Amino acid sequence: MLDKTGFPLEMTGEDTPMVSFRKVRKSYGALTVLDDLDLDVSAGEMVSIIGPSGSGKTTVLRMLMTLERINGGVIYVDGQPLTHMPKGGQLVPANERHLRSRRADIGMCFQHFNLFPHMTALENCMEGPVQVLGLSKAEARDRSEELLEMVGMISKKDQHPSRLSGGQQQRVAIARALAMRPKVMLFDEVTSALDPEVIGEVTNVIRQLVSEHNLTMLMVTHQMGFARDISDRVCFFYGGRIEEQGPPAELFGNPQRERTQQFLSAVREAV
Amino acid sequence: MFDWKWDFTWEILPRLVYATGNTLIAAGAGYVIAVVLGLMLALAQRTPSKALTFTVREFVEFIRSTPLILQIFFVFYVGPQFGIRLSPWMSGMIAIGLHYACYLSEVYRGGIESVPKGQWEAAIALNMTTAQKYRRVIIPQAIPPALAGMGNYLVGIFKDTPMLSVIGVAELIHTANAIGSENYRFLEPYTMVGIIFLAISLPAAGVIRLFEGYVRRKLGL
Repeated sequence: MLDKTGFPLEMTGEDTPMVSFRKVRKSYGALTVLDDLDLDVSAGEMVSIIGPSGSGKTTVLRMLMTLERINGGVIYVDGQPLTHMPKGGQLVPANERHLRSRRADIGMCFQHFNLFPHMTALENCMEGPVQVLGLSKAEARDRSEELLEMVGMISKKDQHPSRLSGGQQQRVAIARALAMRPKVMLFDEVTSALDPEVIGEVTNVIRQLVSEHNLTMLMVTHQMGFARDISDRVCFFYGGRIEEQGPPAELFGNPQRERTQQFLSAVREAV
Repeated sequence: MFDWKWDFTWEILPRLVYATGNTLIAAGAGYVIAVVLGLMLALAQRTPSKALTFTVREFVEFIRSTPLILQIFFVFYVGPQFGIRLSPWMSGMIAIGLHYACYLSEVYRGGIESVPKGQWEAAIALNMTTAQKYRRVIIPQAIPPALAGMGNYLVGIFKDTPMLSVIGVAELIHTANAIGSENYRFLEPYTMVGIIFLAISLPAAGVIRLFEGYVRRKLGL
């Protein structure tokens, strides 16, 4: 069923994408950041977003996490509208209650980690499960310790973030996001604030997630080699639009568009 | 000219000590009201309602721009005209609590605004409710930077309790006045009151600094 502006009230069927941007528009005043963005991400797919700064790539993740309101279009998660809710056969902008019910499917890791400084690594991971999901302390502890083990941070579980390196903080932040059991994970330049020698410990955790879990992931990154290694698909953003997208081997190996070629050669020269 | 009488000093000391108790109770109770109400005033300015924000903002400005003593008189003498009859103690606590709540709300506001934007975003990413965001994430981080200001106002409210003497609350100044006019001697009572204030204010400032350090360590900041 479509609403009168032509957007479906919900998406059904076997090939329903996990995430779907439909004609999404975002602007700050007169500045248009994203223009009629259409992007589908299938369940279990790992999509990397690359592009020059100011191309709108981080905004894509922030809109999906509902940190930014959209100015047009609809975002769907797991077939249900996220930014809107059905009301009398129409899609109307979502209220906080609707956002809270839909946001549970999405987790996010940030460039600057954003761990809670007044909590230990373990408390950071337990916070969401206990407060938001209503798990018992014991259940939340088990779940959190298992995840801290997975990211190699179990020995530091009782440390506050101020005592941890950037790479360690980011691994705790990944465990914290996973503890909410999201269907979709967003990684927003998670290695950009890290010292070069610790980038590997974070990318290895993400690699492990990709190979062992069936999570849907969107990653904004400046690390082309990493994106090429682990992505199912790479989207090159330019000027608020997807200029080119495809499997990493094709996009990196044989880019079709001039802007993609320019960007990739500029990035390679920088390395 | 300078004839300090020690026997008189010892004689009036019990009354002054008793009044010190009243002063501390007044300061303590007023501060508790101010701490709680101040937080409410700070949070009320952060709701989506522009009208509420504006009203609370103006109210805080109004209270901060008028003298405490006027507010005390108003609650005690003007209140009854509106059918609100309160004891001197009650009126005093309301006036002084409200007055300092307005100052403290500004301290809290500064503390809340000092919490980085990323903390709010992390709380949203964990799908917290507004109440959870404030209670679990924002306020615990807003308090440590606010503690120095909160401590200053604790000493401030203590030093402002003599204003309550004007409506007959038997705190230190009120008692010293009474002793003075009963005995026609003012040197000893007023001097003792000064010493008592000093003896409490000075260590209090040090204790507050220690407490600030303790809270920061406790929160791992």
